[in-house]
This record gives sequence, structure tokens and C-alpha cells, in this order.
Amino acid sequence: MFKFAARKELRDFTLDLSLEVADGEIMVLMGGNGAGKTTVLRLTAGLLTPDAGVIETKKRILYHHQSKINCPVQNRNIGYVFQNAAVFPHMSVYDNVAFGLRARRVDSLELADRTDEWMDRLAISNLATVRAGHLSGGQKQRVALARAMATKPDLLMLDEPFTALDQKNQIAVREWISLCVREQKIPCLLVTHNPTDAEAVGDSVCVIDRGCVIEDNSMRGYFDNAT
Amino acid sequence: MRQIIGIWVGRGVGASLILIVCLFLSLPLIALLLRVTPELLATYIPNETVQKALWLSITTSIISMAIVILIGTPAAYFHSRSYYPGKSFVDTLIDLPLVLPPAVAGLALLLLFGRTGLLGKYLNVIGIDIAFTTFAVILAQIFVSSPFYIRQAKALFEQLDPSYEETAKTLGSSSLRTFLFIILPLCATGLTSGAIMTFARALGEFGATIMFAGNLPGITQTMPLAIYAAMQGDFDVAITISVLLVAISLAIMLTVKLLTEKWRYNV
Repeated sequence: MFKFAARKELRDFTLDLSLEVADGEIMVLMGGNGAGKTTVLRLTAGLLTPDAGVIETKKRILYHHQSKINCPVQNRNIGYVFQNAAVFPHMSVYDNVAFGLRARRVDSLELADRTDEWMDRLAISNLATVRAGHLSGGQKQRVALARAMATKPDLLMLDEPFTALDQKNQIAVREWISLCVREQKIPCLLVTHNPTDAEAVGDSVCVIDRGCVIEDNSMRGYFDNAT
Repeated sequence: MRQIIGIWVGRGVGASLILIVCLFLSLPLIALLLRVTPELLATYIPNETVQKALWLSITTSIISMAIVILIGTPAAYFHSRSYYPGKSFVDTLIDLPLVLPPAVAGLALLLLFGRTGLLGKYLNVIGIDIAFTTFAVILAQIFVSSPFYIRQAKALFEQLDPSYEETAKTLGSSSLRTFLFIILPLCATGLTSGAIMTFARALGEFGATIMFAGNLPGITQTMPLAIYAAMQGDFDVAITISVLLVAISLAIMLTVKLLTEKWRYNV
């Protein structure tokens, strides 16, 4: 379960919106360029601080303005896959996937198990020793997803994960995302421009413009309204 | 036809200009190298003045480079990541030694650390003398060479895509771990070439050193100072040290070039 109800004064407008995503559910955040989609993800990850409001996952309060709670980025336990995947190009695929576990000082046996498990699930075991800077766009997305999921996050956030992918890879990555979220029963926030991606992967959709929700619906309801 | 002639004239002018630049840069070195014979090198490289100057130059330049790296890397990182009043002034201050005449730098250091200097008079009371010591050589080298590294480090940290750092943090990595395992390796190529250029500048330092540290053989007489001293005595010693400096400079430039080509990550 993930709840977001926060306000943030931005340069051109004030972002002020509420969202709620259940476990095992993917909410698609849609909207034009500069609508505030990525800002929602950054506020949730702790890379930006809201001016007011509450942000919480099932296990912890990430931000509570009145109680002056502002959990540091490192302790939020959120899997955040950036638009460019941001795999660490100087490390091998294995070291990328294991990075979060090493940072959290997970013991070496469990680290090896979890790293191998997530490389297997996302079909990147054969790339374990390859330097991540040499991977294709689709492979980088899979590494980023495995790296985020290996840390057992309370929430998965994906920023335009399909942008740099060809159609074949888009379908594959969509399936992997759905599988990860359903199996791990965690809430997922996915930002995309593309209604096709939204329909293929989302359970609900939230359309925002200038920092405000202009449509909040189940996926079926959204597409029924659109047609 | 006129167009073709125009193209050829343009090419001719371009080639002549490149030739002038190449001749201007290479002829002095050729003139120097033409004076060198294997016998001359065999005779003078073991010379005590040459050996002392070579050893002092290399050790002080390595120490200066190490100090600049140790202090300059985190300083450049904090500077590039923070916004504070007077930041542009600090930027200017970092770059200042690049345009400041080294003799002025030496005089300024003397007025700070000299026996009657701003800090020197207090250090003198507790028995610490800095001017005209090997430590003064290192301070002068750091003063003139630090911008080569800090400017480079600052630019690298500013240009690095913030998503790497942010991703590492969302994965639970502390700021120190992120700096050591993500930021430094991603900037390693540029930082290494900056460090090598700093070493090269420190090795060639003359003006600030002679003003602040003097020209004492074995203590403050680095290779450029030994060339200056030998010019008034044994000219062959000056030639030998100059050739050694040319060889070291060429090796440095080649290393920088090779490193930047080999270590380029597909970022």
C-alpha cells in the first residue's frame, strides 16, 4: 500500500495531489511534458522535499510534514528505475544487481542468492560478467529492474521505462514489470507518455497536468471514457 | 574554375598556418635535441647536481600532486554540489594561479610564510621556518599547479549525470560509498589526466619556487632551477636536465592520451 498526499511549490505551478496504490497494483501516471509526473517520483524517493503533506508505504512513513518526519533517501526502501536506467557503466551486471544489497550490508550468502535469483528472473544471468556500459537499452532496463527488485523494495517506481526500447523489448519489459509487481505484491508507480503502454501494464491511471490530478480512474474506466 | 582555385588557395593557407605552428613548437626542441649526444647524457646524468635536482623535483612533484588530489577531490565535489554565497568568487580564486605570474605567487607566499610574514612571524615564534625549505618548494608547486586538477575535477563532477548518484542513494548507499564506488570511478579518467597535468606543472615550476624557496642544491634546487644555475656555469648540465624534462613531459602527455582513450566508459 502506498499513499501520497503532498504539496510542493515549483517554479511554474504548485504540485498538489493525492494518490493511493494498493499492493500488487500498477498505477500509471500520465500527463504532458512538465506536468509534474517525475516530480511525484522524486518527492516519493526523497530526492525532493515536499512543502506539506504525507507520503507513506505499508511499512514506514516516508514524509510527514506535521510530525516533521522526513526519512532519508537511503532508508526509504524504494526501487526507483530512472528513465535512462542509470546502470553503473563501470561495473559488471552482477555488481550492479548486488549494489543495493552490498550497500545494505546483506550477508554474503544471501547477497549471492538474491543477486542470482533476480538475474535469473530477468534473464540476464548470461551477462553477469559483462560491463554494464556495453549493454543494449533493453538489457540495461532489465539490469536496472533486477537491481531495484533485489533490495525487496516496499514500492517500485519506474520513470518512462519503455522510451529507449524497440517494440520487442517493450513487450518483454512490460511483462517483467507486471510479473515483478504481482509476485512481490508491492505497489508500483509507472510514468509513461504512451497510452498503449499504460493500457498494457496498468491497473489504474492517473492523469496529471500542472501538478494536479485531472483524471483518476481504473484502467478500463479511463479507456472507456477516452473512447 | 574560380571556385576550385579558391578552395585550393584556402587549403594552401590552412596548411601553411599549421606548418608555422608546428615549426614554432618543434624547432626549439629540435635545436635542443641536436646538441645532445649519448656520451653527453652518459657523462652528465650521473652528475651530482643533475641527480639531486632530478630526485628533488620528482619527489616534491609527487607529494604536491598527492596533496592536491587528497584535498582537491572532496573540495571540488562539495563545491560542485552546493550553492553558497560567494561561489563564483571561489571559482575565480581556484582559477587565479593559472593567470597569476609565478613570481608574484612566490612573493605572496614569502609575504605569508616568510620569517616576518603574516603567518610566518607566529610560526617563527614556535620554531617553524617554512621559507627556503623543501616544504616551501612543495607549497609553491601546490599553489601554481592545483587549478589544473581542481578545475578538471569540478567540471567532471558538474557534468556527471546525477541519476547515477541518485540511483545509488535510492539503493541504500551512503554518501561516502556513493562517492567512492560510483562518482570517483566514473570520473577516474578525467581525474587521472588532471592529476598528471598537475604533476607536470609542478615539475616545471620555476618562478614561485625561486622567490619563495630559493635555489639551494639538494634542498630547494629543482630541475628548472638547476637549469637556470647551470646556465651560468656548465652549459652541458643545463642541456642534460632540459632533455630529461622534455622526455618526462613527452611521457606524461602520451600517458594522458593513452589513459583517456583506454578508460573511456560507455556512459
